[in-house]
Amino acid sequence: MALDSQAKKVFKQVGTRPRRPDGVDKVTGRAMYGADATAPGMLFARVLRSPHAHAVIKSIDASAALAQKGVKAVVTSADFGVPEDLFIRDVQDNCMARGKVLYDGHAVAAVAAVSDAVAKQALKLIKVDYQVLPHVTDVDEAMKPGAPVVQQGRTEENVGPGFSENVTTYCEFGHGDLVAGFAKADRILERSFKTAATHQGYIEPHACLASVTSDGKADLWCCTQGQFHVRNVCAEIMGMESSQLRVTASEIGGGFGGKTTVFIEPVALALSRKTGRPVKMVMSREEVFRATGPTVSSSMDVKIGMTRDGRITAAEAHLRYQGGAFPTGTVTMGGQSAFAAYDLEAVRTYGWNVMTNRPKEAAYRAPGAPMAIYAVESVVDEFCQHFGLDPLDVRLMNAAKKGTRSSYGPTFDAIGLIATLEAAKAHPHYTAPLGPNQGRGLSCGFWFNFGGNTCVTLNVNSDGTIGVTEGNPDIGGSRASISLMAAEELGIPYDKVRTIVADTNSIGYNDITDGSRVTFSVGLATIQSARNAIKVMCARAAKIWGIDEDAVIWEDGAAKPSGPNAGDFEPMTLAEIAAVSAETGGPIAGHHEVNADGAGVSFGVHLADVEVDPETGATKVLRYTVFQDAGRAVHPDYVEGQMQGGAAQGIGWALNEEYIYGKDGRLQNAGFLDYRVPVASDLPNIDTVILEIPNPGHPYGVRGVGETPIVPPLAALSNAVSRAVGVRMHELPMSPPKLLKAMNGKG
Amino acid sequence: MKNIPVSTTINGDPIEFLCGPDETLLEVLRNRLGLTGAKEGCGTGDCGACSVTLNGRLVCSCLVLGAEAEGGEISTVEGLAAGDALHPLQQAFIDHAALQCGVCTPGILVAAKSLLDKNPNPTETEIRYWLAGNLCRCTGYDKIIKAVQIAAEEMRSA
Ligand code: FES
Ligand code: FES
Repeated sequence: MALDSQAKKVFKQVGTRPRRPDGVDKVTGRAMYGADATAPGMLFARVLRSPHAHAVIKSIDASAALAQKGVKAVVTSADFGVPEDLFIRDVQDNCMARGKVLYDGHAVAAVAAVSDAVAKQALKLIKVDYQVLPHVTDVDEAMKPGAPVVQQGRTEENVGPGFSENVTTYCEFGHGDLVAGFAKADRILERSFKTAATHQGYIEPHACLASVTSDGKADLWCCTQGQFHVRNVCAEIMGMESSQLRVTASEIGGGFGGKTTVFIEPVALALSRKTGRPVKMVMSREEVFRATGPTVSSSMDVKIGMTRDGRITAAEAHLRYQGGAFPTGTVTMGGQSAFAAYDLEAVRTYGWNVMTNRPKEAAYRAPGAPMAIYAVESVVDEFCQHFGLDPLDVRLMNAAKKGTRSSYGPTFDAIGLIATLEAAKAHPHYTAPLGPNQGRGLSCGFWFNFGGNTCVTLNVNSDGTIGVTEGNPDIGGSRASISLMAAEELGIPYDKVRTIVADTNSIGYNDITDGSRVTFSVGLATIQSARNAIKVMCARAAKIWGIDEDAVIWEDGAAKPSGPNAGDFEPMTLAEIAAVSAETGGPIAGHHEVNADGAGVSFGVHLADVEVDPETGATKVLRYTVFQDAGRAVHPDYVEGQMQGGAAQGIGWALNEEYIYGKDGRLQNAGFLDYRVPVASDLPNIDTVILEIPNPGHPYGVRGVGETPIVPPLAALSNAVSRAVGVRMHELPMSPPKLLKAMNGKG
Repeated sequence: MKNIPVSTTINGDPIEFLCGPDETLLEVLRNRLGLTGAKEGCGTGDCGACSVTLNGRLVCSCLVLGAEAEGGEISTVEGLAAGDALHPLQQAFIDHAALQCGVCTPGILVAAKSLLDKNPNPTETEIRYWLAGNLCRCTGYDKIIKAVQIAAEEMRSA
């Protein structure tokens, strides 16, 4: 498919800011989220969770709960089989502990009852006999030989000796001669960093409504980033055929990666099967914190060599990520992205994934990248301070560009890093004056972006309107962007198109809404669907005119003879062709199925001004500007929205957010009061500058934009704080007490 | 525990319901009355997704008991529009992309309206502090604050 040969340069609608199709529903309270659905005869379910970080489940006695009036069923791991597939088994064991609880908050049993109150009451009557085991929650501790082992037999072969069994995988990336590179440096810095685990913090807790009927069919309504993934996992766990389990994605109240996995759905399905009634299950906020995916916490060492004029001669990083009680692969993406912004002759990253007694990590916006890049960008900034160099000039001097062999292998095609850095340099923010206790920091950010399996159907209705059916939950306005691309390609107004997100029985398989893939992949499939529909419409016009199909072209929403030789016919608009479709061969549609590749990487640069209160150590963000390459901003409002939202989450990560575990291995701050995400009064306006360096892999040049913006804030703020108070922090978050201690310690 | 009969006015309509003595107003609205516009983001008063007004006062409905609403006037997001006509805040939120996932939006709209009822011309700082009890994880607040400013201006000139 030679998409680039058909690349479009001039746009009539792409790049405008029309109203989103789900806007009215969402401002009137009508939009249906996970917890908003009900079904006749519905039961309410609640989950009993472990109070221990690590313990053997010796027995579970649910008889008293079952004897309670209104309690209809209890399920435990005994109600599930043992899946052969290791991935599925891990998902299931995370949904319901089997034999051992692996973290504080791990599910051990669930109740379905006639009301939520009865279900909650019944939880208290379930007796679980635990044998408490030693636990470990810190990544460095967990790696040491002799550490309590979370799960046995999960270590892959390439993990070298000298570690505990908690270390599951090892990875290594890079090229060039490090020894020779470091020998060329005027100075070498070696620094160690730690970052805390943070939670995605979506405002909508996980929720679902499961309905299994006695003939083996089931319907599942849930808030998820991927209904097809939920279907596949749940069908396997429940021993069902895919076609019999229809999963409908509700409107989704935020995900950020955290709703790419399955936490409650199999349990609700099992309860529904057992009771023969629909079962609704909604997590509390405390459950969301204790039992759903935070991101990894990390411990990292970075070594960089630089010449005094700012050229990096060699770079190396050791990354250790803990991803909770199950094996994860996140460090791979950290290892690949750590030095992605740099054009380096000698570079190497080494990474270890580690298990601890914490909830299983889930993807969080650019998973694995923010912490690694934070460490690298902190060291680069320290060099700039040391040599007295301009931090943007140093990035520009070392920046990756088209043709650069990336630190993780592939050679970059057209990328926007240099343009983004130059935009930052030219922006008034960069040279604005600063006051006392204030500092300015910056950092680059990067994300790969995904493509993946995608299906789109585009129906041409007989009244000349368009229905686009896609299969990816709309997280931040993607239906508007998809409609825009359909309208653009067809040459009809935006409001003639309505895009919907279909259930798993209404369209073919789609990968999860993740990796910033939707505007790219679904957009690509939509454009191709439109082109296929146009082909049909041109053929219909040709038939009506009695000329050759090849003699018809499509322009401005109408079929036209390709030239005077083709014949003299008035153009036929889409609506005119659609109106007579029954007489020319039947309904008209276009569809496209693809495993899309060619997702272009996206780079960003953030500038942050902070002021640190010398009395309290509290950091206030005064000014913030995001620069990012979007390839092509289809709906700029929602591109800016991604940039602003990602920045805000990164600011929270840098300054306040962290999972705090007690000595007992229990999470101490499982609520929004003690796990503090940024509120409106914490933040300034977040300015945005969109760069458009077209991605050659997409017909309109689109790159994913959603994930890159969470990456730079970590180092941008740490670098700003360092310049404001003269102390460099090597640990996130830079919460006031920690920062104050460091400031007082500098003497 | 016996249920309690409660008489209220919700979005201008007389509504009677029965609720348990420990049932929150949010549970009543969502589970008994089908008004699912108010969301439960935390159930502990920390996120504002459940914001409604009770007798003109902005409250977290997860912290109010259903029984406390006896004789009271409740306004929810479902009552913000006048029939077909969206409230200027609702229109501004759509026009200026002040929502992404939209789950915080009902609470933020109710809270913003309650601000503008008291103070038709708030500064940016006043808006930020007033909305500090309403978490939004998607937007970084930037477009929300601007939409409230635009709606306020429009309402002043109307
Ligand atoms: S649900 Fe009431 S404040 Fe969060
Ligand atoms: S728009 Fe998603 S939480 Fe505000």
